[in-house]
Amino acid sequence: MSQSYYEFYCPVKVIAGYKALEHIPFELQQLGVKRPMIVTDQGVRRNGLIEIVTAVFTDTTCEVGAIFDDVPPDSSLQTVRAAAHLFREQRCDALIAIGGGSVIDTTKGVNILVTEGGDDLLAYAGAHNLPRPLKPLFVIPTTSGTGSETTMVAVVTDTERATKIPFASHYLMPNAAILDPRMTQTLPPFITAMTAMDALTHAIESYTCLAANPLSDAYAFAAIRKIMTHLLPVLDQPDHVEGRLELAQASTMAGVAITNSMVGLVHSLGHAVGSIAHLPHGLCMSLFLPYVMQYNEDVNGEKMGELLLPLAGADVYATTPVAERAQKATAIVRRLRDELHQRTGLPRTLQETGKVTVDQLDAIAHKALDEGSNLFNPKETSFEDMRSILQQAWA
Amino acid sequence: MALSELAAVKSLQALRQHPNALQATYRAQQRYVRTLMGIIARCLVAASQVDPTLQRELAGFKPGLIISMNVLGMPAGQSPGFAVQVTADHQLTLLDQLTRKADLTVSFKHISLAWLVFTFQESTTQAFVNDRLIADGDVSLALRLMRCLDRLQSVILPKAIAQRVIKRYPADLKLSEKLPQALKIYRAAGMSWRR
Repeated sequence: MSQSYYEFYCPVKVIAGYKALEHIPFELQQLGVKRPMIVTDQGVRRNGLIEIVTAVFTDTTCEVGAIFDDVPPDSSLQTVRAAAHLFREQRCDALIAIGGGSVIDTTKGVNILVTEGGDDLLAYAGAHNLPRPLKPLFVIPTTSGTGSETTMVAVVTDTERATKIPFASHYLMPNAAILDPRMTQTLPPFITAMTAMDALTHAIESYTCLAANPLSDAYAFAAIRKIMTHLLPVLDQPDHVEGRLELAQASTMAGVAITNSMVGLVHSLGHAVGSIAHLPHGLCMSLFLPYVMQYNEDVNGEKMGELLLPLAGADVYATTPVAERAQKATAIVRRLRDELHQRTGLPRTLQETGKVTVDQLDAIAHKALDEGSNLFNPKETSFEDMRSILQQAWA
Repeated sequence: MALSELAAVKSLQALRQHPNALQATYRAQQRYVRTLMGIIARCLVAASQVDPTLQRELAGFKPGLIISMNVLGMPAGQSPGFAVQVTADHQLTLLDQLTRKADLTVSFKHISLAWLVFTFQESTTQAFVNDRLIADGDVSLALRLMRCLDRLQSVILPKAIAQRVIKRYPADLKLSEKLPQALKIYRAAGMSWRR
């Protein structure tokens, strides 16, 4: 008898589409919220997106209690503490994250501190270390990649130890994810491409790693199809409302997939490069995805081959012999990476980023070995394997 | 009807006839897991003294660090389990009892899930992946512990079994190395039980 087993859980209410933002006051009122605090970054603020959100509270019983707009690209423990301080000072009662991965993860960290009290976020690091539900948290993604709006994970940098600290608990999952195409319409092509590669990596790793299950597979498969269908047209026409919404949904679906089946080696390498060379997460994903697909192919080639269907479409899938589908899937991803480089300048190699040096590769390989996502990768990875993938991704 | 379905139906019928059978099974599993955890803990300690590969892995653990394993949801003192501490020279020593919270605690959610792992039906990695056990502590410590357990299993278990429970059996582990190493570990573990 098969001994396979899995768990699947996603309590996040997804509020998506035309005028989705206007549903926020009602949803907050349902939870008894009166003074939410907005957490965001300077980029979102400059783009005027905060005003769109604050305007929806006009003449409602909810008022925005405070706005913390100082989240850096790589969130830190200090940022979390500063935002938690403002929340307490302004007597807020809920959180609204407006931004990308760093903003969302910061807000999750803030939620831990303002619910549990104190300033020691590290006391809650690791898996299942939160004792009770947190305060209401709504997330409005302004990029389409992180998927953090539906995940049970937050990653915050400990700048003193130069390491990324993961937090995982079902209580970190937001109450609602609001996908409104107005919030991603102004995303520059470079970031659109980078974050879409992040979402694509989430979906591919979720589908091909050890914790994959039938439900997360369905989300991952559909997310890949959406990205492959809509990414290039959106780059051609950035204000394409439907295309933007499709990418936002793909990112959220990939987020649901990874929160239930986790990620693998691309993330191990990506987190290591991210903490040592400070490259954006989505870029790291784009750099390593094709090489890790190729590396894992001999142990999960069959599942990798299935992905050719959403990656390339029915015609290519049908005309490619079964034994060649995995290789072809990797080739399609590599071609997409090259296409994105041509259109947006997204680097194809570590060298092209200009932020990584050859003498850092050993340290990156060592760090990647201790990343939790290795556990979920279908193939056991040694230091030499890590080094070899880094070398391939170098130039 | 497939053989597995037939077995399931038969076991259900047996359960109806002997309603206490499942409880008795859990208790038997508890005794088995307690014994196996004791053996694995002693083998881990012994391997930390004799196996260079494991020693390289342990070099990454800070002296004084405590790792424990147990089964959740059982009354205090009844859970099978063990605790080991990293010594100043990066070997492991078995602790009789915990004097403080362990830096890393690996807990099975039920005795029957621990039994799956300790009967080598499911790898420790797969148990993690399947959410059958949880790790309380730094994730990188859990990763290192997994690698230590994989190394131990690859040395002390017959290759056919080890290949089932670890992701990749070390290609460079020849029988001529494995056998003496396993004997050393079993001997040292046996001696520690006598003391």
